Amino acid sequence: MPVLMMRDALNQALREEMKRDESVFLLGEDIGLYDGSFKVTRGLMKEFGEKRVLDTPIAEEIIVGTAIGAAMAGLRPVAEMMTVNFIMVAMDQVVNAAAHIRYMFGGGTNVPLVIRTPGGGGHQLGAQHSHSHENWFAHVPGLKVVARGTPADAKGMLKSAIRDNNPVMFIENEGTYAVKGEVPEGEHLLPLDKNEVKRAGDDITICAHSRMLVVAQEAAAELEKEGISAEIVDMRALRPLDMAPVIESVKKTSRLITVEEGWRSYGVGAEIASRVYEEAFDYLDAPVARIGAAEVPAPYNKALEKIAFPGKADVIVTARALLGKN
Amino acid sequence: MKVEQRPTESRAKDSLSDKATLLDLYREMLLIRRFEEKTAEMYQAAKIGGFCHLNIGEEATIVGSISALRKQDYVYSTYREHGHALAKGIEPNAVMAELFGKETGTSHGRGGSMHLFSQEHRFYGGYAIVGQALPIACGTGYAIKYKGTDEVVMSIFGDGATNIGGFHEALNVAKLWHLPMVFVCVNNLYGMGTAVNRASAVTEIWKKACAYDMTGERVDGMDVLAVRRATDQLVAQARQRHEPSLLECVTYRYRGHSMSDPDTYRGKDEIKEWQGRDSILSLGEHIKRQKLANDDELQKVDEAVTSEVEAAVRFAEESPEPKSSELYRDVYAEGAA
Repeated sequence: MPVLMMRDALNQALREEMKRDESVFLLGEDIGLYDGSFKVTRGLMKEFGEKRVLDTPIAEEIIVGTAIGAAMAGLRPVAEMMTVNFIMVAMDQVVNAAAHIRYMFGGGTNVPLVIRTPGGGGHQLGAQHSHSHENWFAHVPGLKVVARGTPADAKGMLKSAIRDNNPVMFIENEGTYAVKGEVPEGEHLLPLDKNEVKRAGDDITICAHSRMLVVAQEAAAELEKEGISAEIVDMRALRPLDMAPVIESVKKTSRLITVEEGWRSYGVGAEIASRVYEEAFDYLDAPVARIGAAEVPAPYNKALEKIAFPGKADVIVTARALLGKN
Repeated sequence: MKVEQRPTESRAKDSLSDKATLLDLYREMLLIRRFEEKTAEMYQAAKIGGFCHLNIGEEATIVGSISALRKQDYVYSTYREHGHALAKGIEPNAVMAELFGKETGTSHGRGGSMHLFSQEHRFYGGYAIVGQALPIACGTGYAIKYKGTDEVVMSIFGDGATNIGGFHEALNVAKLWHLPMVFVCVNNLYGMGTAVNRASAVTEIWKKACAYDMTGERVDGMDVLAVRRATDQLVAQARQRHEPSLLECVTYRYRGHSMSDPDTYRGKDEIKEWQGRDSILSLGEHIKRQKLANDDELQKVDEAVTSEVEAAVRFAEESPEPKSSELYRDVYAEGAA
């Protein structure tokens, strides 16, 4: 199986879907002539032309609005938001419009669009370019939210997202575009509502998504050396949230750590913990431990930034503590 | 208030002089008037909930603009859209049933007064966030261009929306991407309770088109024929040359912003003055002067639309409520491409 970087797996998914379906088009800031800020759309304008790869003004509201109106009229737009921080400018279109249109119009129309957008810190980009906000979108009925962690999942889920008849928030991560992995060629489709165990283990369950999946895998490898066997559940499907593999895992391990790159308060881990308490309380031997970013606007200074975002060491220390092995 | 018309080139003699056309316009305006009067009554009787924004006074603007469209053209509107929906051809039954929150309404009781919709009539919705629909309308304009078909998108909004970012983003790309669109500003002089001159640095809204090198035009929104003539030309340039435009229709709502507005920010004399220029009465006088119809015939039109509205109320009353077991229906669409 070919090994691809994340950005190339995404690029392959876009190219394949554009070839498959004439109604698929891309729009966003500098996605065409410039080839995309993170080169996910590299070469696509050359291949498909300016109509199907639409460079837009730096005006987020019109990007999302255009995608919605085109989707209602039968197209399948894939909008790129340069970073998830910029989407705040277009939140009205995402939440009040895209998410609610089908319901408030009594099912009279669909809004089949994808918004691809990277979040994540670690690049000294400060408070307005570094955050992760997938939980904001996962709060909203009407949206689907996915956050893939491997190149293969990126391809399979993006293809499914484009074919889905609903607005899908496809959350990427700046720190993972160069992550490499085996990617199936051709028709590789993954469901948008299935989480899966990415690493089997017996002692403790770690839930993680996107870049934190990579961090969790690194931590699990170290824990293995200490005799701690960690099971990792990839939470790539955030809304609808597939809890089945988490519940099953917790019934086996009785201990759970959630890891997310965003702030913990009202976050992904809070939702997972709450569901575990509701569905598997009796199986737990310890309270659920949540790991997330320090609750500060992302700092610029390299050393401060490093301690502001969760890393491998946080997962290891938390796992030891939960197992009483300090 | 006297409305200064922006001078425009003289137009060839149009078709707005024959009896059938004029009576159609008259009928449509009167239908909206009677529908909205009944809506106010039903709201006061607590048959209609939520917020309720009436079109009374704005009929010439609504009918003059929307009647210039073809059935397959698209309309995007606001939360003050009962009349827009009727003018686009949605049956009064379905509109009234939606106001009543019934399953037979345009949005199956999930939307209400502010969220009417019809795929069949290409009435692409009432939106309750000021200025929100303009960017969305541009997307439909882009889809038309993408598919190479010849529809037009009419995006209708109030004066208040022209101070919002989305308005400017929309006009910019409509011109930049050559979208087949007509932006219609219903300037009723107040954004909720704030007068245009207290909210906008530029009080002649049509001038805002200049910033985007776009055709801008101002018409007397109380004169249905003036609105229709202007819209005919702007729709044609959108359809034939993908040349978008901004049409400002200066009009007035006789009632408050919503049914719960005590209307303390404007004088009674001002309201009376505008009522004195009522567009429906004016068109009726015009029709009689042209000897195309007499009082009896106009009275018959009134009786016909009044009974249509009464039938709509009966339909709404008798329609079923949505089932509680279907609360979650249509949050998500099924299937995939």
